[in-house]
Amino acid sequence: MTSGAERPAQEPPPSRRRLLVSRATLGQWALYGGTLAVILFLAVAVDWARLQDKMFRTDLVVDQFPRIVTQAAKNTLIFTAFGFAGGLALGVVLALMRLSTFRPYRWFAAVYIDVIRGLPALLVLIFIAFGLPIALDIRIPGTYGRGSVALAIVSSAYIAEVVRAGIEAVPKGQTEAARSLGMSHGQALRRIVIPQAFRIIIPPMTNELVLLLKDTALISVIGVTEATKELTRFGRDGVNENANATPLVVAGLVYLALTLPMTRLAGYLERRARASR
Amino acid sequence: MTTKPGAVPAVHLVNVRKSFGRLEVLRGIDLQVAAGEKVCIIGASGSGKSTLLRCVNLLERPTSGRVLVEGIDVTAPDCDIDRVRARVGMVFQQFNLFPHLTVERNVTIAQETVLGRPHDLAVDTAMAMLRRVGLDEKRHEYPARLSGGQQQRVAIARALAMDPSVMLFDEATSALDPELVGEVLHVMRELADEGMTMLVVTHEMGFARRVADRVAFIDEGVILEESPPAELFESPREERTRRFLQRVLERDES
Repeated sequence: MTSGAERPAQEPPPSRRRLLVSRATLGQWALYGGTLAVILFLAVAVDWARLQDKMFRTDLVVDQFPRIVTQAAKNTLIFTAFGFAGGLALGVVLALMRLSTFRPYRWFAAVYIDVIRGLPALLVLIFIAFGLPIALDIRIPGTYGRGSVALAIVSSAYIAEVVRAGIEAVPKGQTEAARSLGMSHGQALRRIVIPQAFRIIIPPMTNELVLLLKDTALISVIGVTEATKELTRFGRDGVNENANATPLVVAGLVYLALTLPMTRLAGYLERRARASR
Repeated sequence: MTTKPGAVPAVHLVNVRKSFGRLEVLRGIDLQVAAGEKVCIIGASGSGKSTLLRCVNLLERPTSGRVLVEGIDVTAPDCDIDRVRARVGMVFQQFNLFPHLTVERNVTIAQETVLGRPHDLAVDTAMAMLRRVGLDEKRHEYPARLSGGQQQRVAIARALAMDPSVMLFDEATSALDPELVGEVLHVMRELADEGMTMLVVTHEMGFARRVADRVAFIDEGVILEESPPAELFESPREERTRRFLQRVLERDES
């Protein structure tokens, strides 16, 4: 503290400063102490051996492989890909309808989006799987088909809102410049506005993709065949066969292995988009 | 003001009115621009001069009145406005280059999609226009990497590549840093010297004085006074024109 004598004006009196520091340090130690107490409590109070026996039996973990990857994770990704492709196509159409000057289009899109977003995804899936065949005598062929269409319908409502926000974020001057060069409304949209909108919405769109990947778990409710089992169904079947929760825990870990890189990517893209502004 | 008898004016506005809700921005505009003529429109902000310009290529649709471009009534319901717009170049205050496309693609895209020019020809035309504004070396850059003055010159090249018969300039230098105004005005002056028909909304009185065949002073939605620049700047007929010029010139001197 020799510098204190040289620059007395810049630092608070030593006694008061020490008090401040110690108060802050005290708070820090309280947090560390609290955390440590919780960890100790968990270590002592939880019956780890029983927990591992019921939920993470090593032999059952090994048993899940390789089918949990080659079959279940593959099917989850297939449903995600089809669902997202369909949801994106439908979502763009809905977004354009919402922005249309033709009122019935706007109304239709608004009602569709409100209803789908206002219902639990599970209910929508059930309506599509069981209601549609009764109502319209339509049977979507194949389990992949049924599940993918249902997921596309659910995700399209969310994607439509993201796309609409993206289109509205493109400055009006862009459309005006395009139109002033003689481009039609459609050309301006296709070549100037939508490409820019998609750049803006890459981060929120990645989030939609993660949500959709997790929603594939709901497909197990409307029934899948042996060949199209996705992760959740695969895990639950494993639970039933072995009377042990380990397969579902492993399925959970595989989900994380798929979603974590995607959320990280979304975060990175978001930071980069913010930095470039 | 004199149009050769029988010749069709490049731009002809007949009693154009435009309201936004209750606000009447244009209150009966009559204006003719002959082929090859350069007309500058001056006036205070909010006087309606940008709206007037935007009515020419129907970025704003007039509430009433008629707008004719080379004799074609663009306000007619059956008018193919896209075809007319392709012949009317427009340069905006905010440049409005397409940020996701390179400089070259900015200049070729409408040539290909609107005029249906083959790619090679569109590129050749783009390069000729970029050379004209002194930016052919920037062809592979994205707009964000250019200065405001450079962006505006690319925007001019983009409009010129469509072989327009009229060029509209909407305060083309108002968003620029002062030291970049000169390069854009220089390009505009060259264009004028080459005989382009130009309708220019501007705050640059020096440019209007030197380049314009006629200057129109617009105030509260009407053209109050319209005469050759020497006349309008030296001996304005209207009191309001005089006061406006006084305000602008005081600003330029201070």
